[in-house]
Amino acid sequence: MLEQASKATTATSLKKGLQRRRRLGEKFIESWIFLAGVLTIVVLLGIIALLLKEGLPIFLDTPPWEFFFGTKWYPVSEPPTFGIMPFFVATLWVTLVATAISVPIGVACAAYLAEVAPAKVRETVKPIIEILAGVPSVVMGFIGLMLLSPLVQSAFNLNTGLSGLTAGIMLSLMSLPIIISVSEDALRAVPDDFRQAAYALGATRWETIRHVSIPGALSGVTAAIMLGVGRAIGETMTVLMVAGGALAVPVSPTEPMMPMTAAIASGIGNAVRGGLQYQSLFAIGLILFVVTLAVNLVADRVLERQKRKFSR
Amino acid sequence: MITRNNKYRKGWPGLILTVILTLIAGCSSQSTTTPTSGEPSGSFSIIGSNTVTPLTSVWAEEFMKAHPKVNIAVSGPGSGAGIASLINGTTDICQASRTIKQREIDQAKANGVEPYEIQVATDALSVVVNPSNSISELTITQLSAIYTNQITNWKEVGGKDAPIVAIARDTNSGTHVFFKEHVVQMPGLSSEDKSLEYGTKVLLLPSTEEGVSEVTRNPNAIFYPGLGYLTSEVKPLAIKKTADSPGVLPSIETALDGTYPVARPLLYYTNGIPTGILKDFIDYCLSSEGQVKVTEVGYVPLK
Repeated sequence: MLEQASKATTATSLKKGLQRRRRLGEKFIESWIFLAGVLTIVVLLGIIALLLKEGLPIFLDTPPWEFFFGTKWYPVSEPPTFGIMPFFVATLWVTLVATAISVPIGVACAAYLAEVAPAKVRETVKPIIEILAGVPSVVMGFIGLMLLSPLVQSAFNLNTGLSGLTAGIMLSLMSLPIIISVSEDALRAVPDDFRQAAYALGATRWETIRHVSIPGALSGVTAAIMLGVGRAIGETMTVLMVAGGALAVPVSPTEPMMPMTAAIASGIGNAVRGGLQYQSLFAIGLILFVVTLAVNLVADRVLERQKRKFSR
Repeated sequence: MITRNNKYRKGWPGLILTVILTLIAGCSSQSTTTPTSGEPSGSFSIIGSNTVTPLTSVWAEEFMKAHPKVNIAVSGPGSGAGIASLINGTTDICQASRTIKQREIDQAKANGVEPYEIQVATDALSVVVNPSNSISELTITQLSAIYTNQITNWKEVGGKDAPIVAIARDTNSGTHVFFKEHVVQMPGLSSEDKSLEYGTKVLLLPSTEEGVSEVTRNPNAIFYPGLGYLTSEVKPLAIKKTADSPGVLPSIETALDGTYPVARPLLYYTNGIPTGILKDFIDYCLSSEGQVKVTEVGYVPLK
């Protein structure tokens, strides 16, 4: 009796122990996931706080107006001058070139892979394109320097092949795989019924792609383009190597120029912590951050509008 | 459950305490300069010139490899900041690519610091063009005009009718400042102008290698790499101080005898004559073994 009772108690306590351990495990994992979630937000807020703390003091020395619209950047002179207009315009040019090349090619390629290509071709080509995304940016910079810049120089009869155009072309190659891969997924997610219905109404394959598949996948395609543009704006190593790095405000993409990311990378090594140059580079970082944020917000608005249109 | 939780919580302070104690122990063991006999040990810092930093880093790495108990911290905010650190007593060695000014010596003496100068290497900047370029020499004034975008065509300096692509290092580089102060602003010439800056059309490249490779490919380019970067694929120009003086080609000899105009000493400053571990390190830098590294990094050795 006693033995039985004690056995029973052992069993119950074992069971309880097990439950307790499970509950504990559950709790532990729950809080772990919660912490991971919180951590990303903390890190993001930390980055914003750091950019503001290190970057804003520059405006005590250089008024924002002069900082944004000044065209002279002489950080190591006495007295130093900080005007980031050349960098801002350079970033615009490079991103514009990259987008103008990668979006039409990328979306067309995605449409081909998703709608036209036989399964076998798609299954071979897509992984190959995705490998392109894995090429390190310094390697792309090297290719741009050695192969593309002489080509650009002779094709456009330029003084030097190190130009915003060369950088833009290299960046378009880097954002292409993202645009193709994400748009292709989006196009394939459009229900086949839509296409069947279009064909039943007598639409050609082109008309189906143009008026059914692409509009149907527009949110995904827009997201793909935004990801590509984001990559082009933020890419540093390649533009540092091939864009040329001249400090004039570029009036055409064929000139050598220095985008914002390259300006930060090439200046930070020399900047004294807390010094004016250091602050001005952080302020450029802050502007880059705001620009990327704006791109994402615009993308969000577009997607939202698109969804509403479809729900009607 | 509550007890278990408490147990976990109790574990944390202990762990944190251990970590903190380890850190404190780690810090306190890094005391400065231990003078010595036998195996040198201790730690010291070298602050100053951005240009000398690559050379100092190589020396420091080699020295630390040979003497594992030694810890050297190298940083390169600039020669001026390095000299300020020496004056304030926050660095053991100041690396500089210019000589100390009288005003700085006075400040140092007022602070009880005796700056002691040691030349560790020489730096000569060669000005190079593509081998297909017919130009073989330029004056300092012409170089200044090229780098301020006042001269934009090779025919203005006696070459063919082609645009000049002027290439410089980025602002990260001490060479960027050196070339600006010693060539672009034409010091010692009647046309000296301290307010001159690089022109905005000048290409600022992130590395010397990249500048050299662009000159190799581009028949219209001009660039100023260190002597160590000269290859058969680029043509060094003879530099004339004034239009009447003879053109001097960059070489170890002309840099050493002072006839090449774009050369300068690379210096270390210490507080008084170095002793102990500082002496060991500087002796290594000046030894033939250390001077081999000078050539490898691209500067001109002392002998």
